Amino acid sequence: MNKKNFGKENLIRYVLMLFALSSIFFLFLIFAFIMSEGLKLFFKVGLLNIIASLKWAPTKGFFGIFPMIVSSFIITVGALCVGGPLALACATYLAEYAGKKTKMFLKPAIELLAGIPSVVYGFLGVVYIVPLVREYLGGSGFSALSASIVLGVMILPTIISISYDALTSVPVVYREGSFAMGATKWQTIYLVVIPAARSGILAAFILGMGRAVGETMAVIMVAGNALQIPTSILDPLRTLTSNIALELAYATGDHRSSLFSTGVVLLVIIMVLNFIANFWVKRKVIKGS
Amino acid sequence: MRINPRFTDKFIRLILSCGAIFAVSILVAIILTIFVKGIVNVNAEFILSNPEDMGRHGGIFPSIMSTIFLAALSILLATPLGIGTAIFLTEYTRETTLTRIIRFGIESLSGIPSIIYGLFGFIFFVIKLGFGWSLLSGTLTMTIMILPTIIRTSEEAIKAVPNSYRMVSYSLSASKWETVTKVVIPSAAPGILTGIMLSIGRAVEETAVVIFTMGSALRLPTSLFDSGRTMAVHFYILAREGISMDKAYATALVLICSILAINILAYYLMNKMIAKYS
Repeated sequence: MNKKNFGKENLIRYVLMLFALSSIFFLFLIFAFIMSEGLKLFFKVGLLNIIASLKWAPTKGFFGIFPMIVSSFIITVGALCVGGPLALACATYLAEYAGKKTKMFLKPAIELLAGIPSVVYGFLGVVYIVPLVREYLGGSGFSALSASIVLGVMILPTIISISYDALTSVPVVYREGSFAMGATKWQTIYLVVIPAARSGILAAFILGMGRAVGETMAVIMVAGNALQIPTSILDPLRTLTSNIALELAYATGDHRSSLFSTGVVLLVIIMVLNFIANFWVKRKVIKGS
Repeated sequence: MRINPRFTDKFIRLILSCGAIFAVSILVAIILTIFVKGIVNVNAEFILSNPEDMGRHGGIFPSIMSTIFLAALSILLATPLGIGTAIFLTEYTRETTLTRIIRFGIESLSGIPSIIYGLFGFIFFVIKLGFGWSLLSGTLTMTIMILPTIIRTSEEAIKAVPNSYRMVSYSLSASKWETVTKVVIPSAAPGILTGIMLSIGRAVEETAVVIFTMGSALRLPTSLFDSGRTMAVHFYILAREGISMDKAYATALVLICSILAINILAYYLMNKMIAKYS
């Protein structure tokens, strides 16, 4: 290689490195701005007066988001209860029972579910789920239950595709060993395959939770957005994400800062969930090698 | 009583297949509902005319154009950045602390929920840099948001290119950069395109981020500093404020059809990529 070429190659290398570093730069920028806006209020009124207080009246100096933390938690658990078992059944069927042709149709169909915009889920929730809840269970219908159902459907593709990958990555010899002992197909799945894929399935559920916690528009449309700690699954509630989206457009001053504080709390929750999911996946990789 | 394990086996199989069928029928039901209720109001006039009376009458032409502008501009910015990052990570370096930090950054970016991107775009581009609610603010925020997808799919695609291709290129005395641009990237193109397609899908379906960075003005944006209303935002406002159910369904139909088309194209490209190297 001649000298001129060598210099050119080096230049390209540095330009590409700059491109790669931009991701870090963006991450830093996002954290810096969310934190600098959000933490202002934590220092001004105190951490506990935000995350442990019940009263939210940001224009009068009350910034309690405890009910929203509880609400986010409730609909996330609700979504997992609705979507989790169904997703696991679907993934198990796809990985263990489905024939090649069925798989070729079902897998892309489920992946397409992930492409439907969240506003469409929310809208159909308002049109079909909310009246159903109102008619048969009472209340206004805009409730924790409706939100859990809509979110439960929305997180299906995430949980299905990650659990499917976990199930199919269990070595065939495990199954053959079990069959050789005279176990039936279900005994093999239940006693051998699922325990072996456990950490991957857990990671799938945690990532599904992350999606449910972070969802905004669909939740605003079906959850009713009332400022309270719900006492039953038929009560309306307001999550962390809805709180931000509902008030950001017109908030100023401390009120705006309080929405960024809400964002900080949300970011911390998501980071913890992602950390746990990564931890499980990494453990699986170490165990598998 | 002891239940025959063979019976249990058949029973479980039935339950699991019911679960799978149920999950897929939800998808079919969603698409069918939108299609049946929307198709009566979708025609050339709906697609090509301007909305009147807040969207109660008329069409969604400005929203379609806003969506295309937003998706095209953010892809234009994110693609070179994303492919460049992927090339650096796969071809120009080995695993070091630096690449681990970069990978951590990409992972973290992809885990951040969209409402946080909305908050960031609002405070940084709209307020601090003074771009206001505009196509520019929306594009820049969206670029950061879709970057991780493009990087990851490009990286996978580049990794899948067999090493022998590179060796042949080097043996013909091509430089590293020539090898990358003339051999590796063309071979990885279907995979990279899949990532781009998926990112377009994300830009089209996103609502929260777009409302807080691009605003929701109903006219056609004519400059980077104009606000605009994408189809997803238009649909959200029609449905949430109960302006017109008919128009909401019709908008949803156009929205879903574009996303399905994009996803099916992405899936096709991905399969082409897999078929090529296996």
